Amino acid sequence: MLLQVSNLAKSYGSAGTAVEVLRDVNLSLAAAETLALEGESGSGKSTILHLVAGLDKTSGGSIILDGAELAKMRDAERAALRRSTVGIIFQQFNLIPSLTARANIDFHAKLGGRHDPDWAQLLAERIGLAEHLDKYPEALSGGQQQRVAIARTLAARPKLILADEPTGNLDEETADNVLKLMLESAEQAGAAVLMVTHSPRQAARMSRRMVLSRGVLRERSETATE
Amino acid sequence: MTRVSASAFWSYWMRNPWQLAMLLAGLALSTALWSGVQAINAEARASYASAADVLDAGDVARVLKSDGSSFTVEDYVALRRLGWLVSPVLEGETELDGHRFRIVGIEPLTFPAALPERLQEGDGLVDMVGARPVVLAHPDDVTLLTLTDMQVRADRTRPRGNLLMDIAAADRLLASQGEIRRLLLNPQKPINQKPLPRDFRVARTDVQADVARLTQSFHLNLTAFGLLSFAVGIFIVYGAVGLAFEQRRSMFRTLRALGISLRTLVIMLALELSVFAGLAGLAGVGLGYVIAAALLPDVAATLRGLYGADVAGQLQLRTSWWLSGMAMAFGGTAVAACAAIYKLARMPVLSFNHPRAMRIGTSRAARGLAITAVGLFALGIGIQTVASGLLAGFALLACLLVGAAFALPWLLDRALCLAQGQSRSALVQWFWADSRQQLPGLSMALMALLLAMAANIGVSTMVSSFRLTFTDYLDQRLSSEIYLSATTTEEAQEITAFLRDRVDAILPIMSAQSRVGGLPAEVYGIIDHSTYRTNWPLIDAEPDVWDALAAGDGALVNEQLARRQGWTLGDTLPSGDRLLGIYSDYGNAVGQIILSADVFVQRYPEADRLRFGLRTNAAAEITEALNTAFDLNEDQVVNQSELKAFSLQVFERTFAVTGALNILTLSVAGLAIFISLLTLATMRLPQLAPVWALGLTRAALSRLELLRAICLAAMTTALALPVGLILAWVLLAIVNVEAFGWRLPMYVFPIDYMRLTVLALIAALLAALWPAIRLARTDTQSLLKVFSNER
Repeated sequence: MLLQVSNLAKSYGSAGTAVEVLRDVNLSLAAAETLALEGESGSGKSTILHLVAGLDKTSGGSIILDGAELAKMRDAERAALRRSTVGIIFQQFNLIPSLTARANIDFHAKLGGRHDPDWAQLLAERIGLAEHLDKYPEALSGGQQQRVAIARTLAARPKLILADEPTGNLDEETADNVLKLMLESAEQAGAAVLMVTHSPRQAARMSRRMVLSRGVLRERSETATE
Repeated sequence: MTRVSASAFWSYWMRNPWQLAMLLAGLALSTALWSGVQAINAEARASYASAADVLDAGDVARVLKSDGSSFTVEDYVALRRLGWLVSPVLEGETELDGHRFRIVGIEPLTFPAALPERLQEGDGLVDMVGARPVVLAHPDDVTLLTLTDMQVRADRTRPRGNLLMDIAAADRLLASQGEIRRLLLNPQKPINQKPLPRDFRVARTDVQADVARLTQSFHLNLTAFGLLSFAVGIFIVYGAVGLAFEQRRSMFRTLRALGISLRTLVIMLALELSVFAGLAGLAGVGLGYVIAAALLPDVAATLRGLYGADVAGQLQLRTSWWLSGMAMAFGGTAVAACAAIYKLARMPVLSFNHPRAMRIGTSRAARGLAITAVGLFALGIGIQTVASGLLAGFALLACLLVGAAFALPWLLDRALCLAQGQSRSALVQWFWADSRQQLPGLSMALMALLLAMAANIGVSTMVSSFRLTFTDYLDQRLSSEIYLSATTTEEAQEITAFLRDRVDAILPIMSAQSRVGGLPAEVYGIIDHSTYRTNWPLIDAEPDVWDALAAGDGALVNEQLARRQGWTLGDTLPSGDRLLGIYSDYGNAVGQIILSADVFVQRYPEADRLRFGLRTNAAAEITEALNTAFDLNEDQVVNQSELKAFSLQVFERTFAVTGALNILTLSVAGLAIFISLLTLATMRLPQLAPVWALGLTRAALSRLELLRAICLAAMTTALALPVGLILAWVLLAIVNVEAFGWRLPMYVFPIDYMRLTVLALIAALLAALWPAIRLARTDTQSLLKVFSNER
């Protein structure tokens, strides 16, 4: 199992005024598997992603990613894990504004020491931005920026892609294209995908769906129709 | 509507208190440095005016204290007992009938010149020291005074706010808080007059009368440094105002969209800045008073040591520099804010606000500034080609410094771009790219650092070159091992007879006062001796200069007199002598002419011949023998090393003020970097969060922030070095020549520059430390908020 989350809990604030966001969350994800996390706003979906990425610390339970227990890791080790194993796509503020699209795509792969120029070029062509690689983020449209973010994640060949509403800012048609591209590329790279989404239509494209409600995560049995 | 808009304006500063602090601190410090220097200048000029006021009464020389301090009653008594006919002048300030007056008290019985006419009316002296003593005041002041126990007489020759009276009456008015600022010297010389103690010296009238003119260059230099410090501060204000404008762009857009007119916005921005200028200006003028009070004793000592000018060591509050300080605060704010106000006036309602977009906009501005810089360099060179004089020299300096500061953002941008292009590692590439993105926010602070560093390098090079040259020069000029003063001609003859077989040579020092080109000059007579032939610091001379001088065929003049009069070798001087040679004479404001002893004696038969230089290999034994044989006091026999030490002491104090201003300017630049980094830190999270999320720890990011500050400071310092060296050259080759009349060779001091660079890097490191620590301690929630939809 690539990712094993057991009895995960997260609360904010001090003892008397603590707000419990997650409790007893369990999930697992195999290599190359895709999972949609659904739930209303503020339910804690993004928090799960942040905890799995090692960006935030848990209040209880355990997260084992690629055989390593995150809770036992120091900040530097969690940062190293993000460089080597995890790729993150956010809804916004994805790209580094001071770097060109090409440098943004290469950035994560180079940081992790897994830069493959041919693979990066292939990805750039697949996302249809080969002609815009020397542009800076502000010169790209929202859809183009998100495609660069996806290419950046895939270029680093992560084992797990964590996507936090990656198409939330895009129109429906662009969102479909971007998601299709992300899933195809992830499949090709053999990466698992854990995606937070509000859209049942997009969630339906994943192999599994789970719903987070009032801090509790459960498997969604019914299949959504498009 | 206005109140609502004002609250929106103010809310920005409430959320960005550091930026407000930067703005106010920059403005207050720049005003402080400027008004501090102006306070010193005002005090000095007031002292000259006050001195001239009394001394214009007649041909009056005076006795000064070598260390520049005031006189005590004991000093006065001691000098009278030694046979020096001195007359005290008591001075001080006090409030009378709600108005502040400067009280000058003279001692009419010993006053060595004719008393003012209005004092001599009526019963003259009797009236002056009577039960209702006479007070002379300007006619405008007479109406302000209701002194019932004094007779106030109007005198048009009195300056406003200045009262002249008998010393006892003055002492009473000042409640014994006055001080004896001057001892005027009666030209009559008693036969039994003893030599003046070493702590005192005589200043001649003709030198005093020109004190304001002689010190003009010194004050202009001080003003230039004050202006430079002010400019460094204004760069900070410009940066703070610009940054605040960029950050409030979206707020301005929203306010306009909500129905507030562009005109209202512009007026509100101008009003906001006026309030800041008023507050910071008041604080700055107050701080300037503290700076001036701290520096004034050194300045006063310099002016006394170098020019014999008498300046009060105590600072008075003067309306003129309060107003000038406030005017500079408002003027500086207006200059710093005009770009922001212009941009606001032209800002489209739908303008966009994005970090890199802002960088592109500023990149264009940097190119514009660089082009302006080239124009300024050309202007500076042009001014120097067509004009001369001290103002032209300062214009060149201003063009050079402002041009260099303007060129800095573009040069740094190019250097960072080059470094980025040369980097292979993603992290290093990002480091340089991100540094470029920070440039707009940091460039003003870096400009301030460039100016401060360049000024430091320039001035320290000038002072160190001066020190090196001056030390060598003293070795040449003070080549006699002992300097001797006799009290009478008879004693001088006895001493020379005594020494004739005991020393290698007796070199008479004969001098007289003269005037050349309307300014005072000293004329010396020297005998023909190898001491002069070997050691005299000639800059330019005819081949047989010493033979010609000994034969009475001409004269030598010091460099400043030759430059001032435009004399070259072979010229005929007003005295009819041919100019045989020009020698360096550092640290002396007065022109000097050297004639052969024979010619001197013919022209100045009345001049004293009481001083000598002695050449000997047994200085200690000769001193002892002289003291034993003639009972000379220690002031009459002076060792060469003591004279050198005294001269160097005067020299060091001369540059103590510029040194202090330099350190203050560098501190202001350091503060600018600190506040800029602190301000930028709040805007950095959206730029840093993605990098953190992609696998860099906060600790690593904060280390990179420190490294970035050091790199930018190092690059700025590297650019400041050539600017500073050019500045030094301009100071030595142009400004000094115009201001003081001498040109010095330029030396470079690599170890000093390295030390200064290390100091600048440490300052940058310290400035970046707190923002970096804050970043390292930023909680993850703040970073994660960057990615959340709610942000």
